[in-house]
Amino acid sequence: MKILSLNFLTCAVKACKTSPNSYPLHPKDAELVQDELGLKPEMIISVLPRIDWEALKSTCSELGFPALPEAAPTKEELENDEKILKDLHHLLLETSISEGKLVCGNCGHEYAIKEGIANFLLPGHLV
Amino acid sequence: MSRPEDDLAADIHYDDVEARKYTTSSRIQNIQASMTHRALELLDLSHPSFILDIGCGSGLSGEILSSEEGGSHVWVGMDVSPSMLDIALQRDVEGDLMLADIGQGVPFRAGTFDAAISISAIQWLCSAVDSESSPAGRLTRFFNGLYASLKRGGRAVCQFYPKNDQQKKMITEAAVKAGFGAGLLEDDPDTKNHKLYLVLTVGGTQGSDITNVVDGMDGVDVMDARKKIKAENGTVKKGSKAWIVKKKEQMERKGKVVKSTSKYTGRKRKHLF
Ligand SMILES: C[S@@+](CC[C@H](N)C(=O)[O-])C[C@H]1O[C@@H](n2cnc3c(N)ncnc32)[C@H](O)[C@@H]1O
Repeated sequence: MKILSLNFLTCAVKACKTSPNSYPLHPKDAELVQDELGLKPEMIISVLPRIDWEALKSTCSELGFPALPEAAPTKEELENDEKILKDLHHLLLETSISEGKLVCGNCGHEYAIKEGIANFLLPGHLV
Repeated sequence: MSRPEDDLAADIHYDDVEARKYTTSSRIQNIQASMTHRALELLDLSHPSFILDIGCGSGLSGEILSSEEGGSHVWVGMDVSPSMLDIALQRDVEGDLMLADIGQGVPFRAGTFDAAISISAIQWLCSAVDSESSPAGRLTRFFNGLYASLKRGGRAVCQFYPKNDQQKKMITEAAVKAGFGAGLLEDDPDTKNHKLYLVLTVGGTQGSDITNVVDGMDGVDVMDARKKIKAENGTVKKGSKAWIVKKKEQMERKGKVVKSTSKYTGRKRKHLF
């Protein structure tokens, strides 16, 4: 589960949809892996406005990463500063959770991650 | 010809033996690849995008999405079969994989994806999986979730194998009800290789209109959700049960949670004292 995807995932439990505590999901006992992937500047620039920066900051601190800047970089900064672009690429696309859990801050449901695959299957009564 | 959808749940049909075919059979690979290319053509993306692959299976479609000729996209795949996902792991695909049942919804924030693609999967939603849920309910949850997870102006293309006209109608109507502009495109009709694509657009910006996407293509049926809603609005009385149900559907489409409709919905409340 890439950090990028985690920034967009919500708890799937129906009763959690209205609760602000159900986002972002919190990594627990996470093991991380890094893959080298080709840089796709246009993709990152176009997805940046959709990133929830506050959630990304809290994910990074929960995973013990160095703190992110207070505010998200602007489009101009990304276009002109290759280092910022590469750092974001590395964090969002090259860093994944390979084992562990994602926990909902509202209902406490734990989504297991195995071999990088998060299990979002729910028992019928939670759908 | 018998259809696996009639007899088994998808996660049971797509076991290790079935999943293995998706890496060993070049015939299957070629067919899935050509449909993926067709779907990408219909999505008409101008730059590397963030894409949801619905029923991604062993990642045959996803590998094309990641590739340079496919547009170097970044994708997340949802699939209900552990065996299929296992093959995807073995193929070392670039996309992110999730074990999830699309009939339970699409658990992403509103406006997450630029586009979505689905190859040979959504007809599975027409089959019952348990006694707790109905195909109609699962289709609604899927299309409402998909609609909310796409950004405004986004598109989805779903190639699927309906069993008959009734399933085709059931799927298309569920998409339109969720708010999509929808068109059906049939390639090679009346041959044994005919393929059906449901092309969906999320309104918002000009130029994303479904009629522009499929304009001039042969064998296209366009169903416009907005026109239908307008026509109905004229006849629904404000405050009536039908009006409340319609409002609820609109709220649900926006990703809001609404009380389920019951026999009490829209009833006048009597004063107790
Ligand atoms: C014919 S395979 C196609 C796989 C892949 N899209 C490809 O083109 O190779 C259909 C896939 O849909 C998946 N599927 C069926 N029902 C599903 C559901 N309710 N949720 C998620 N995936 C589902 C199956 O597990 C299977 O992997």
